[in-house]
Amino acid sequence: MDDTTSAAAEPDRLRLLRVLGPAHVWALGVGIVLVGEYMGWNFSVGKGGMIAGLMACWVAGLLYTCVAMIDSEVTSTVAAAGGQYAQAKHIVGPLMAFNVGLFLVMAYTMLEAANAITVGFLLDTVAGMRGQAGLNQQPFIVLAIMFLAWLNYRGVLATLTFNLVITAIAFLAIVALFVSVQFGASAVPLDFSAITSDPLPYGWLGIVASLHFGLWYYLGIEGTCQAAEEVRSPARSLPYGTMAGIMTLLIAATMTWYICSGLMPWEYLGQAGTPLFDAARVTGSTGLMVLLFVGTAFATLASANGCINDASRAWFSMSRDRYLPSWFGAVHPVYRTPYRAIVFLVPIALIFALGAPLDQVVTFSILSGLLGYTFMTFNMVMFRNKWPLGKIKRGYVHPFHPLPTVVLLILCSTAYFAVFLGYGTQLSAMMCFYIVASLWFHFRRYKFVRRGDQFTMPWPKPHGY
Amino acid sequence: MWDILEYAAWALSALFGVLMLADLVRIDTTYDNELLISSREGEIEATAERHEI
Repeated sequence: MDDTTSAAAEPDRLRLLRVLGPAHVWALGVGIVLVGEYMGWNFSVGKGGMIAGLMACWVAGLLYTCVAMIDSEVTSTVAAAGGQYAQAKHIVGPLMAFNVGLFLVMAYTMLEAANAITVGFLLDTVAGMRGQAGLNQQPFIVLAIMFLAWLNYRGVLATLTFNLVITAIAFLAIVALFVSVQFGASAVPLDFSAITSDPLPYGWLGIVASLHFGLWYYLGIEGTCQAAEEVRSPARSLPYGTMAGIMTLLIAATMTWYICSGLMPWEYLGQAGTPLFDAARVTGSTGLMVLLFVGTAFATLASANGCINDASRAWFSMSRDRYLPSWFGAVHPVYRTPYRAIVFLVPIALIFALGAPLDQVVTFSILSGLLGYTFMTFNMVMFRNKWPLGKIKRGYVHPFHPLPTVVLLILCSTAYFAVFLGYGTQLSAMMCFYIVASLWFHFRRYKFVRRGDQFTMPWPKPHGY
Repeated sequence: MWDILEYAAWALSALFGVLMLADLVRIDTTYDNELLISSREGEIEATAERHEI
């Protein structure tokens, strides 16, 4: 492949390869998220019961539909690696961009670490079932991170094609379980009697508390826009892949709640480690059990793979603008990947994967993601105000503005309260971290930024300037 | 068997790590750093419709 047309304008520059299509964008977004269907979401049932779990599923689904719509419009216009970081830089300003870049790197690196921990847990479970108790999980955690980092290092097309295959298998495994149970393949019938006998065991507060883990169904779909600089047609592929992704996840989330809540008592489901795999075991079908185990493993690997891709692009973009040392903003001359950023983030992921408990890692990831969603609300308002419809070309225009923005802000506020109920200390610590980082950027780092070079979109002056 | 798998996992991890680091060093010593960090964000707009195979 040759990109000599662009080289004609700038003959000595390296750039990321533009080889991806909408299916890769779908695989990136859904791949990062689908692991949330296989584990984690069910703690929302433990927090508030079956109905609360379903409400968390749909309320979080509404929140992320707003995220996907808003993100699709902005990113189809600001089509640059770094995604929301590049959006913040152009629409809000440098300090916001620095923070958003950090949100992205933290959210994805933590999620990658959590996925690696889960790989170790899964293999430990298999070893236990085979009579080998007390497996040393560390080598498998390290191997998951090293292999996927190497894959990312070697090229984005192979990385996301791999993600496409394993994500599709993981999604089809959920569909297969749903269809099989509906057609009577389960030894245990679906039972939803708890909806009437024990509808809200912890009252309405349980519904709010469950929202924290309801986010787990969809957390990371906004990662699609990190591929902006590597898709062949950003204005078409990004909205198409993102919206197809959120639709896939809404279907998968609802099917997951339906099967798991029908097959297992909510008291057990609320603390299960691998709910879909457990549901397959309850059916008594060996084939389904194997399929859902494979689905769990593939979903976990796909998520870690997508996270490495996204975290490295965010780190790369910030470095390219000198928000971080420019050394990290290098492109591999053969593989055309941000290879230094990929390698640099490996030890950070390993430290969290080997040294931090899973729930803490997940919570920090969710909090960073939540801060990013909050940014999207006023970013969207400023975008429409500064560049109204018709002033610049958009690949996608989301409907009902500003309703999705308002809904997103309300739901984010509710989610903050839900997180505060369970993890108030972590929320405060995270806020302190970002405040200190902001002070460092403002007083020590921004002087290195080439201020004129960082605004790259060929847009007209914003309205009112 | 699991003991062997653990050793294999360590060995493969080391192999992937060495492959990445060796390539990183090779690239960094072969190419000029100015070329490696020459990527610019805005070029995507200029080249969006002119990409050729």
